[in-house]
Amino acid sequence: MRIALSVNGSVHEVDVPAHTLLVDVLREHLGLTGTHVGCDTSQCGACTVHADGRAIKSCSLLAVQAQDMVITTIEGIGDADNLHPMQASFREHHGLQCGFCTPGMIMQAIDLVENNSDLSNQGIRAGLKGNLCRCTGYHNIVRAVQAVADQRKAQGTAE
Amino acid sequence: MYSFQYHAPTSLAEANTLFTQADDPIYIAGGMTLIPSMKQRLAQPSDVIDLAAVDELRGVTVNPDSVVVGALTTHNQVAEHQALGSILPVLAKVAAGIGDNQVRNRGTLGGSLANSDPAADYPAAVVALGATLVTNQRRIHADEFFVDLFETALSPNEIILRVEFPVPQRAAYAKFANQASGYAVVGVLVADFGDSIRVGVTGAGPCAFRGCGMEQLLQADFSAGALANSEVPNAGFNSDMHASADYRAHLVRVMGQRAVQELLEAGS
Repeated sequence: MRIALSVNGSVHEVDVPAHTLLVDVLREHLGLTGTHVGCDTSQCGACTVHADGRAIKSCSLLAVQAQDMVITTIEGIGDADNLHPMQASFREHHGLQCGFCTPGMIMQAIDLVENNSDLSNQGIRAGLKGNLCRCTGYHNIVRAVQAVADQRKAQGTAE
Repeated sequence: MYSFQYHAPTSLAEANTLFTQADDPIYIAGGMTLIPSMKQRLAQPSDVIDLAAVDELRGVTVNPDSVVVGALTTHNQVAEHQALGSILPVLAKVAAGIGDNQVRNRGTLGGSLANSDPAADYPAAVVALGATLVTNQRRIHADEFFVDLFETALSPNEIILRVEFPVPQRAAYAKFANQASGYAVVGVLVADFGDSIRVGVTGAGPCAFRGCGMEQLLQADFSAGALANSEVPNAGFNSDMHASADYRAHLVRVMGQRAVQELLEAGS
């Protein structure tokens, strides 16, 4: 079936069977391979993207279901010259090793800081429950997210 | 995944017609269970009927003595709803503890209840709060809704529109979560309505049920200690790699005590 998807600010039309997952359209049809497929069983969070501003697992959504949503992938939040603050913080705090889980981690971490004004270490760990990392042991990821959360909080107080 | 026909009706009547005309149809809400099940080929419907565009299933209404939640309300919408959270905080807490954040952004109240997963959190709340499920055909009280493993009182073509939760004087939910999945190995919700106590248990049996024995003990003596030696018959309890039936019976007692403890501490 022919569907139209709004991804990273532009509308793309694709012709796919109804059972095609959103992540497959992103990667195979639109070439947005920053969104990864880790487990394909909703466990690992590597495929996390934003749908209408909230983090979802793109392996657990049919592309056709996403037709009326605004989708943002890791490619849509920044680029090499203009990193998103969360991307910059992951680099600064060495919040990645192999990098496979990182796009999903970052998309989820952005949802987390944007929807929680006061994040503790435990709150961040609970918030990242749906994202698995097999390299880092999570400590530096949590530090990276904490830094952005603290920065936002300080800015919020200043305003 | 097997192929299927996809439909996106915009009204209940249209959804109903599509369902009646299809070979082996299924309704989809958030799809957080259905899509993984279809990927594993545990489900292979001929037609997937998406309820997302049916507006009758949306919206949250907060009244002084009840909270009405549309079936398509996501877990995060319940967890983050301020008016709901101030009058019925236990429901917001239950919702905030379901799965992970990405799942809470898609998974819905109606979908969770219609699925009746034995380890789901919401059923404990629906049972303990004595909620009423309003469908496109009738009203179903929580005590009559959960029937067995993944089985409810719903007929195949029946759609949950909304759930009406009476507001108790106070309530608390304690869950022993599986370390890996976060699913409730056992969850117990205790609600105090002043003239009655209701206890809802999930995770322990094939579907959520009322802890009637615990209710009687708490009616006589509302303290965690009252449940310390309560008899929890484990007949029919789930027994799997996560916990034996005996252990689940033990957890029902302990989670019941923790819920009462939390409730008493919150009130003091």
